[in-house]
Amino acid sequence: MGPFTMDLRKLSLLLLILGLSQISKAQSPTYGLGRTPSAEEVSKLDITIGPDGQALPPGHGTAKEGAGLFVRKACFGCHGETGSGGPAPTLIRSDGKTKSQYPCLAPCVNDSNPMAFHSPYATTIWDYINRAMPLTKEGTLKPNEVYALTAFILYKNGIIKEDEVMDEHSLPKVQMPNRDHFGLAPEYKHGAPRLEGYP
Amino acid sequence: MSSKLSARRRFLKDSAALAGLAAGVAPAAAAQMSHPEAPAADAASKDTACKKDDKDLIAYGERSHYVKSVRIPVAERMSPDEFGMTFHVLSPLQDSVGMITASSLHYVATHRGHYVPDINPVEHRLMIHGMVDRPLIFTMAELKRFPSVTRVHFLECSGNRARPTHKTVQQSHGMTSCSEWTGVPLSVLLKEVGVQNGASFFIAEGNESVKGAVSLPIAKGMDDCLVCYGQNGEPVRPQHGYPLRLIVPGFEGMVNVKYLRRIKLVEKNYMTYNDYGHLAPDSKIAALNRQIGPKSVITFPSGDQKLPGPGFYEITGLAWSGSGAVRTVDVSVDGGQSWKPAELRTPAFPMAHTRFGFSWKWDGKETVIMSRCTDEVGTVQPTRAEIAKYWNVPNDKDLQIKGLDNSVFPWRVASDGTIHNGLA
Repeated sequence: MGPFTMDLRKLSLLLLILGLSQISKAQSPTYGLGRTPSAEEVSKLDITIGPDGQALPPGHGTAKEGAGLFVRKACFGCHGETGSGGPAPTLIRSDGKTKSQYPCLAPCVNDSNPMAFHSPYATTIWDYINRAMPLTKEGTLKPNEVYALTAFILYKNGIIKEDEVMDEHSLPKVQMPNRDHFGLAPEYKHGAPRLEGYP
Repeated sequence: MSSKLSARRRFLKDSAALAGLAAGVAPAAAAQMSHPEAPAADAASKDTACKKDDKDLIAYGERSHYVKSVRIPVAERMSPDEFGMTFHVLSPLQDSVGMITASSLHYVATHRGHYVPDINPVEHRLMIHGMVDRPLIFTMAELKRFPSVTRVHFLECSGNRARPTHKTVQQSHGMTSCSEWTGVPLSVLLKEVGVQNGASFFIAEGNESVKGAVSLPIAKGMDDCLVCYGQNGEPVRPQHGYPLRLIVPGFEGMVNVKYLRRIKLVEKNYMTYNDYGHLAPDSKIAALNRQIGPKSVITFPSGDQKLPGPGFYEITGLAWSGSGAVRTVDVSVDGGQSWKPAELRTPAFPMAHTRFGFSWKWDGKETVIMSRCTDEVGTVQPTRAEIAKYWNVPNDKDLQIKGLDNSVFPWRVASDGTIHNGLA
C-alpha cells in the first residue's frame, strides 16, 4: 500500500466526516412549524419549468394546431391578428413598417425584441403561456395546447419548421437565437458595489 | 340639527364652562363662554365639517381633506387600463416628508399588468420545496409564529429613469418608495427546510393572475431577504402584496414578489419571463440591472413648484442605495461647480430612503441645484457625463443609460422662482 492510497483514504474519511456534519446540521429544524405537503399538493402547485425542460409535462403540438388555437382562444384580441401591434406584448416580429401604437409592457419586450428572439430558452415561452395565459383564464390551457401555441410562436418567428412537433423532448432542444448572447449578473456578495469600476 | 349633535354641543358648552371654572375664571367669564355664539359654538360648527362618516372615521382614520397629494399612473400606460389592470403608478415624492412613504401613496408596479387579487389570508399558503431536505407548507398564522424582524427598506422599479419630458419629481423619480417591513427572514425559513447541496437559485412565485415568478440567488435569500406580512404598522396592503410578499433589499423592484405563494430551490437561474425580459447582452449591464446604485434626488424645490422669492429655504430630498446605508449626500447650488455636504436626517438604515436637508439662501438668480449620494461601500452617484465616459459614448440628450439609471439629476431654478427639469 503506497503513500498515495493512504492519502486518498484519509481524504475520503475527512470528506465523510465533513459530509456527515453537514447532514446533521441540515436535519434539525429549529421551530417545527408548517407541515409536509403531499406529493399531490406539490405537483398541483408546482408549475415551474426549467430551462432544460425540467418538469415539462408529456404532450405535443404543432404550429398548425397553434394557429387555430391563436384564433379560438382569442389570443389575437390582445396580441394583434398578426401577433403584433396589439396592447399586449408582440409575439411575432412584424414587417417593421407598421409601428405599434402601444408602448411595450414590463418586462419591456417590444416590437424589436419579441419573446422568441430575446428568451434564451424555448421552455420559458411554454412556462409563461402555461402560467399566465390567456388573460382572465390563466392556467386553463392543457399541455397539448401550450405545446401547440409555443410551436406556433416559434414557427412564425422562423425558429422551427411548420411541421416540427414540439413535445417535452424536442422543445428544450430548440436552438434559440439569443441562446449565447447574454450576460448574467456576477455572483451575489453582501455589501458589494453593484459593478466594480463603474463610476 | 340632529338630537345627537345638539347633545354634543351641550356637552361642549358644559365642558367649556367647567374648564373655565376649573381654571379659576370668574363666573361671569364662564357664563359668557357658554353663550350660543361664543367660541364653544364655533368649536361645535367646526366639528360638523368632520361629521361625515363619523363612525367610520373613528374606526379607521383618513387624512385631512385639505391634503390633495395623489399617485398618478405613468404617462405611457394608463392604470387602470382598458381591461381594468394596474401597471405602473407613481408616488408623489414632491410632497414626501421623512423617509417612510405612506402605504396608500407607495408606488405600484405589477408583473405584466394584472388585477389586484383578493386573497383570503386564511386560505393563503407559502410552500417551500425543490432542492430541500424537508419541503414545507405554511399558513399565515404559522408564519407569524416565527420570530419576526422589522426593517426599513426602499423599493425601486428598474423603469425609474428621468427623461427630459418629465415635469415633476413624481414623473422623473416616482417609482421608488420606502416602508417599514415586518416579517420572517427568508434565511430562517430556508434553514427550516434545509437547503440541499447544489441548490444555487430559488424561484419565487406570486399568486396573482399571472403567477409572476423570478429567479434569485440563494446567497441573497440567505443574506437579507424578508418574507413580509407587515408594512408600516399594518398588514401589507393588497396593491403591495397582501397577505405576503418577498422583500429583496437593494434589488430592482420586480423581484420583490408580491402575493408570495411558492419558493422552489433549484440548481440554476431558471430564466423566467420576468428574468429574461431584463436580460442584457453583457454581464456588466446585467449587474447594473440587478442592484440599485447610490441615488438621490431633490424633492423640494422640484419641478412645477415655485419659490415665492429670494431668501432662506431648506433644500430637501431622498437618497438611497442598493449596496447598504447612505453615508453622505452632497448638494450643489451652482450647477455642479461646487459641492457641500447636506445633513442626513438619520437614522440612515441600510437599503432605505434617507432624508437629507441643506440650508440655502437663494439670491434670486437663475441656477441649477442637484444632489449626489455616497453609500457605505464608498460608491458615489455618477453624473451623466461620468456614465457617458465609462461607456465611451457622447453625453447628449439621447444618452441611454444602461442598467438602472442612478444618475445625478439637476433642477433648474429660474429667476422667477419656478423650478424646471434640468435635463430639458
